[in-house]
Amino acid sequence: MTSVIYDFTPLTQSIDQFLTKNLSQGWALTIELVIIGLVFLLFYAVIGLYLVLAERRVCAFMQNRLGPNRVGPGGFFQTIADLIKLLLKELIPIRRADKFLFNLAPFIVIIASFMAIAAIPFAKGLHAIDFNIGIFYVIAVSSLGVVGILIAGWSSNSKYSLIGAMRSGAQIVSYELSVGLSLLTIVIFAGSMQLSEVIQSQADGWWIWKGHIPAVVAFLVFMIASTAETNRGPFDLAEAESELTAGFHTEYSGIKFAFFFLAEYMNMFIVASFAATMFFGGWMPLHIGGWDTFNHIMDYIPPIIWYFGKTALMIYLIMWFKWTFPRLRIDQLLTLEWKYLLPINLVNIIIVAFISWKHWHF
Amino acid sequence: MTEEIKEILFTEHEEYMINMGPQHPSTHGVLRFEVFLKGEVVTRLVPHCGYIHRGIEKMCEKDTYPQIIHLTDRMDYFSAHMNNEAVCLCVENALQVEVPERVKYIRTILAELGRLASHQLWWCAFGMDLGALTTFFYGLRDREKILDIFEESFGSRLLHSFITPGGLMHDVHPNFQNRIKEFIKYFRKKLPEYDQLLTGNIIFQNRTKGIGQLSKEDAIAYGITGPSGRGSGFSCDIRKKYPYSAYPYVQFEEKLSEVGDTFSRYKLRIDEMWESMKIIEQLVDNIPEGDYTAKMKAVLRLPEGEYFQKVETARGELGVYIVSDGNKYPYRIKFRTPNFSNLFIMNKLASGGKIADLVAISGSLDLIIPDIDR
Repeated sequence: MTSVIYDFTPLTQSIDQFLTKNLSQGWALTIELVIIGLVFLLFYAVIGLYLVLAERRVCAFMQNRLGPNRVGPGGFFQTIADLIKLLLKELIPIRRADKFLFNLAPFIVIIASFMAIAAIPFAKGLHAIDFNIGIFYVIAVSSLGVVGILIAGWSSNSKYSLIGAMRSGAQIVSYELSVGLSLLTIVIFAGSMQLSEVIQSQADGWWIWKGHIPAVVAFLVFMIASTAETNRGPFDLAEAESELTAGFHTEYSGIKFAFFFLAEYMNMFIVASFAATMFFGGWMPLHIGGWDTFNHIMDYIPPIIWYFGKTALMIYLIMWFKWTFPRLRIDQLLTLEWKYLLPINLVNIIIVAFISWKHWHF
Repeated sequence: MTEEIKEILFTEHEEYMINMGPQHPSTHGVLRFEVFLKGEVVTRLVPHCGYIHRGIEKMCEKDTYPQIIHLTDRMDYFSAHMNNEAVCLCVENALQVEVPERVKYIRTILAELGRLASHQLWWCAFGMDLGALTTFFYGLRDREKILDIFEESFGSRLLHSFITPGGLMHDVHPNFQNRIKEFIKYFRKKLPEYDQLLTGNIIFQNRTKGIGQLSKEDAIAYGITGPSGRGSGFSCDIRKKYPYSAYPYVQFEEKLSEVGDTFSRYKLRIDEMWESMKIIEQLVDNIPEGDYTAKMKAVLRLPEGEYFQKVETARGELGVYIVSDGNKYPYRIKFRTPNFSNLFIMNKLASGGKIADLVAISGSLDLIIPDIDR
């Protein structure tokens, strides 16, 4: 039983048919790619800007403040004004910096997060590429960002940047393991790496309920590890404002800094949407096996709302971490990963495999 | 490879130096640490002060005693009342003036309110140093209430210059007592929130426990006073040892901790806030009626001689040493400021730790840079 009320497949297919009817195969494909690219660029910018605004409002809410509320209704255009400011700012050239790498680094970081978006299923049929190895692809692509961070730290000819970059390297390489392994538990449950199939497998209940305690454990590990992987507090050692001023992007100014900033927020969005997709059913409405009427009512809520609602919840959770906890020290950070999260994760995977083999999950 | 080359390659070149400051978020001002690092580990560090040296001691030599008060505000600006009081007590002792009881009570209340405000701001900044950004706004929320009381009574929020030789600048606002009682009632509810937000946090405890171990011997040898010294078990509370103003009339405990790490210095300041509230509660209802100042001459001339007075500020022992040649200006004035002594333990505490520990330790010593440089 699946939700068929709001299916985007006919829409995308009709566009495809219209193009192929009027143009040659090659041109049609090119135009489709351009359309998808433009849509994603727009989406990327809008989501990035409004996540920044959301973070500022959320942290203000946690800190007895109001947050930005002057530019537009409720501060709605604040981040757009900020963006214009950043665009107009001078790009300060750094003496004795490696110019090529210095300019390249922000693009690598932003490309890594941009590529990961392609695999996110927003709703049924609203999915740029439905790989059969979607999860593998996302893990691979999202870890490219660390290359950009390392390059940024190395090329900017500043010791603060270098320390930040080296911290970030150690951190992301370590936590990549936990992110991968915790996603793997759901892959074992779902029996597929294709994101659309993972979502389809949650049609009669989300994995966080169906997967017993191991799924909850995997979810907690995923949240911790992915917060660390996106360099956000309490794991923001790469930036560590009070220690390294701004870490790897100390020397960046203007729009190049904005690229790092935007990429950080987009990574948060990607991570949150993966938490929602893998553990909370993505765009799949809340279904409970057997309750047909209830499920049918739930189907009337569009999947895009389900998807963004769940993702927003996850984003709120990640922001909540950041604005509550103090920062860890680098050795404590690595201890947490290698001594606690990784063994927990490995044991968890064995349990999941056992449950899956015995068909004990719902 | 000869030994010499090996040494150059693996010792000298492994160590590198970074400048922490003069502009750096965690030095809270224009202090500069020359930090030598091996990877993330601090091997040694050299504090450089003097970036905000204004020559306050020299300026005092051309000012009359009531004018000096305004300069002392600018040293440790979070203990403005206590700084004022130190000079005033010194001058009053020299002139052998007995100030009215009312003045003593109000001075003590103001000093304790100042201590509360100072510790609150320290708590904000300490959380920020460790990366917990929300603490800043919790602390400022409560500090605002104290500053409002100050503003109502003497029109300024930070640099009061309210205490003058012989008494006070003018009488306090009629609302003074009520506002303070309201605040104490409010803050008794809010202080446990500080513990809930930060003290119990496991990350916070891991970051602070066992970090920056300061022994009692070192504390005495380096002259670490105030909460930082008492965190190592060095009983150095001037309020207890050499009571002044209204401190002889009140019951309070000198908090001591034998552990001596960053966490014990943290905990001690939180405990001190409770003690300060106790002191204020004992005094605020019993402020005697009377004059707000003793009868003083228009021009104060200290008899020839040397005078010394010390008080307990929020950060430790502030000593004022005045040499007078009988003129209306001091011949020489010297301030023994707590932060100057507290700063130079940094090398000993931070060596061998990580960069993050260095930030935590400098936060726990609660350094105010203008007080170091004067």
